[in-house]
Amino acid sequence: MISFSRVHKRYPGGLEALRGVTLTIEAGEIVFITGPSGAGKSTVLKLMAAIERPTTGSVVVSGQNVGALRPRAVPFLRRKLGLIFQDQKLLFDRSAFDNVMLPLAVTGFERREAARRVRAALDKVGLLAKEKVHPVRLSGGEQQRLAIARAIVHRPAILLADEPTGNLDAAYAAGIGELFRSFNQVGVTVVIATHDVAFAARMKPRVIVLKEGKLAA
Amino acid sequence: MKTWMWHHLDALRTTLARLLRTPVATLLNVSVIGVALALPMGLYVAVVNLQGLTRSLGSDPQLSVFLALDAGPAEVKRIAARLQQHPTVREARYVPRDEALKELKSSTGLADVVDSLPGNPLPDAFVVLPRDTTPEALEKLRDEVRGWPKVTHVQLDAEWARRLDAGLRAALLAVSLLATLFAFALVAVTFNTIRLQILTRREEIEVSRLIGATDAFIRRPFLYYGALQGLAGGLAAWAIIGAGIYVLNGELADLSRLYAAQIELRHLGPEDSGSLLAFSAALGWFGSWLSVNRHLAAIEPR
Repeated sequence: MISFSRVHKRYPGGLEALRGVTLTIEAGEIVFITGPSGAGKSTVLKLMAAIERPTTGSVVVSGQNVGALRPRAVPFLRRKLGLIFQDQKLLFDRSAFDNVMLPLAVTGFERREAARRVRAALDKVGLLAKEKVHPVRLSGGEQQRLAIARAIVHRPAILLADEPTGNLDAAYAAGIGELFRSFNQVGVTVVIATHDVAFAARMKPRVIVLKEGKLAA
Repeated sequence: MKTWMWHHLDALRTTLARLLRTPVATLLNVSVIGVALALPMGLYVAVVNLQGLTRSLGSDPQLSVFLALDAGPAEVKRIAARLQQHPTVREARYVPRDEALKELKSSTGLADVVDSLPGNPLPDAFVVLPRDTTPEALEKLRDEVRGWPKVTHVQLDAEWARRLDAGLRAALLAVSLLATLFAFALVAVTFNTIRLQILTRREEIEVSRLIGATDAFIRRPFLYYGALQGLAGGLAAWAIIGAGIYVLNGELADLSRLYAAQIELRHLGPEDSGSLLAFSAALGWFGSWLSVNRHLAAIEPR
């Protein structure tokens, strides 16, 4: 599903985020990428979503070479992914419902079917009762779950999450872990980048540890 | 195809909502565009109306030949024959002095003045329509007829109308120059509006890109916004010109009573109105297209 082959990533300004990373994630796997801050976890996810391009080496996501992808093809790759960001990137000028609607709106989904799917996604994360609420009025944990609903509403094959439990307490983090587990059980490939070692350990998944831009065994 | 239609309808709907969400800003922008368009279009309307007036007054050039007051019937007959046989004259119509006086009484509202005159001050006259209407030919004919006995005065009637017509053609050119300048202004106003819009919607654009929106999808509402704003500006210009004409016609009603002529300004016809609206919408679209191309590229998700 996802494979990195000797990937180097150097950012403008000289920061070397990744130095020769090779890894493969099979379809249907759930994988944690851990390591200290600055180890390159976020960069790995950004390369998978074509937000960044590798300096050298190749990144292949569901059969497409991300490094060589034409800009016009990028949106269509991203529609196969569900992205959850460290800062959530919710839109505060619209309701929870409309936030979750966004991925369906960009693909031109038929409206009634889209509304049905949005409610299903909100229900899945336990926010159905708050569909009309604006994100500002949701708690931190609720905002995170709203971001998850938005990432899964178009039923992506791959779910990429960057620090999904960033500022949540342990109980809440466990709940979110269970959510990811349940997506994985219906066949979604899940990749989670986190520095929250306790969170990762509880889930007992395959763990990829990064250190200074390299795989640490 | 259905999806495509859906996308466009959706963009139109959200764009209208955006325009209405900031009514004051929208109103100000629309007025600026409306005023900018109303200036050249108003001038255009004025020129077209004046042109209509000169045409209705006859740009068919003719010569008026006035005879001496003491010219007798025999001399009138002789001059009539000479005019009719002249190779460059198409038609010569005799206007007897009594008929001329009657016409003056009935058409200009000067009946009181005419009645108070002791006698008929008007001479016999001929109205001559020449075959060749070039200015040189007209002047040659005028100079020739002027030399005939018992002819006191020969006047080239349509000359002022022709001069005015030529002047108006120059004015139309000035209108197009002015329209070009204001078209630039419209594009600039739209460019800037869209730039601000893109800045305030930065987050939305970034998120849309991250969840797989194509550039066309992101661009569409901005293009609609520009086109709709331009269209609304065009409508505003049309209304401004309409209001101006309404006010002027009120004043002109008095003037036309005084001059015993039908003087009334007309608004743009359906064709011109249609072009005005299409033109303003197209310029708005173009302005936002320029702006979107320039500014969207700068927003890449990080």
